[in-house]
Amino acid sequence: MPITINGREVAAPADPRVSLLDLLREDLHLPGTKKGCNQGACGACTVLVDGERILSCLALAVQFEGRSVTTIEGIGTPGALHPLQQAFVKHDGFQCGYCTPGQICSAIAMVEEVRRGVPSHVTGDLGAETIALSRDELRERMSGNLCRCGAHNGIVDAIEHAFAGVSA
Amino acid sequence: MTPFRFERAGYVAEAVRAGALPSAKFLGGGTNLVDLMRETIERPEVLVDVTALDREIVASENGGLRIGAAARNTAVAEHRLVRDGYPVLTRAIVAGASAQIRNMATVAGNLLQRTRCTYFYDTEGSRCNKREPGQGCDALGGFNRIHAILGASEACVATHPSDMAVALAALDAVVHLRGASGERSVPLTEFYRLPGDSPDIETVLAPGELIIAIELPPLPFAAHSTYRKVRDRASYAFALVSVAAAIEVEDARIKDVRLAFGGVSHKPWRAFAAEAALRGKPANEASFAAAIDAELAEARPLKDNGFKIELARRVTIATLTELTGERA
Repeated sequence: MPITINGREVAAPADPRVSLLDLLREDLHLPGTKKGCNQGACGACTVLVDGERILSCLALAVQFEGRSVTTIEGIGTPGALHPLQQAFVKHDGFQCGYCTPGQICSAIAMVEEVRRGVPSHVTGDLGAETIALSRDELRERMSGNLCRCGAHNGIVDAIEHAFAGVSA
Repeated sequence: MTPFRFERAGYVAEAVRAGALPSAKFLGGGTNLVDLMRETIERPEVLVDVTALDREIVASENGGLRIGAAARNTAVAEHRLVRDGYPVLTRAIVAGASAQIRNMATVAGNLLQRTRCTYFYDTEGSRCNKREPGQGCDALGGFNRIHAILGASEACVATHPSDMAVALAALDAVVHLRGASGERSVPLTEFYRLPGDSPDIETVLAPGELIIAIELPPLPFAAHSTYRKVRDRASYAFALVSVAAAIEVEDARIKDVRLAFGGVSHKPWRAFAAEAALRGKPANEASFAAAIDAELAEARPLKDNGFKIELARRVTIATLTELTGERA
């Protein structure tokens, strides 16, 4: 069964050691997804699988047969940026840009988690049906994406403006 | 990463058959195992993907909850029956890792994750009895700020990294297992081993035995429970000390209580001594302090981690005060 990547069907690698990240970057030449720590500590390799955010560095590609993967290349193009990408530009959500594809993918899925009502470490009332996307919620929910330039304030601003008014 | 053969299990019997080979390992979300394989700490020759097995979360007939072993951590944390009936479990799960990792990680994989002891990971430069039995332990005389204060041995002072398992220990969870010789169930508090002389053996799992589900017994007062975690940064870090607590107060006295600690031992540490000291006592700080002191009487600090004793004491008192306070 093939893996669907940005709408295109791709055969799973013959060698089961190949991570989803290496499949994307080395085999499919989709270098938008970044290799940061390669051990699940930085979030630079975040991609969407059936709409959910995961770390492609800790994922063996063979486990994703039949699944639909979206990378930053499937989210926006230089001529047609996703509204969140536009917000990152406007609010200085990056300096070097290395963590940015992971930040963008992560934030897109994060907003869906809030809409679904998934609680976080800072959610006060677990019984509540709705969760508002406060700055505290946003920072906690994005804590798996590190930015070593220290652009976190701009990142939070960008996400907040792009998804203003989101709650479950 | 050492080469391996990849197999997919469609049902439990198939997984158990494939996992019976001595060099086989079961694969869940891969968030720990893939990393350990990349570091060559784990070198399975066969990897059996069990993520297609039971992931259902359903109310049991007795009023408890049964969680399929392949349920993702996020699915457990967000489930309405967990949030309402066992909030300590939701709190513990969302206190751990990152959202991306919680989306990948399975419940069984979470239970079986291995220590984050830096000497265990340092394959090039450190001795570790858990990685290479008989080699010695460089953490014992090394920088051991993150290591165990309860139940450690001369052979190993590592801690178990799971938050979820601490909540499960407090909740009297039962682990359902399937092996070549059939099915059995083990209380979570008896599932993990203390390191002793063989820290490489971390659980009572027989070779090839598969976790198929976790069962939470009915515990009505668990609706009044929480999890508090202290770590080096506000998010996305392992616990220095964590406390899972559920408490039932009647006429200002403690009728029943469940208490477990993370970050302090080779296993999630169920505080049976503290619980016994609390039952029947007034629900106040003096009772909480006496109980935690009873539990920590057997704590043994290493060179750098003595702070954990006072920290565990304070976090326990704060957590029980919160649960029995006006907000309760």
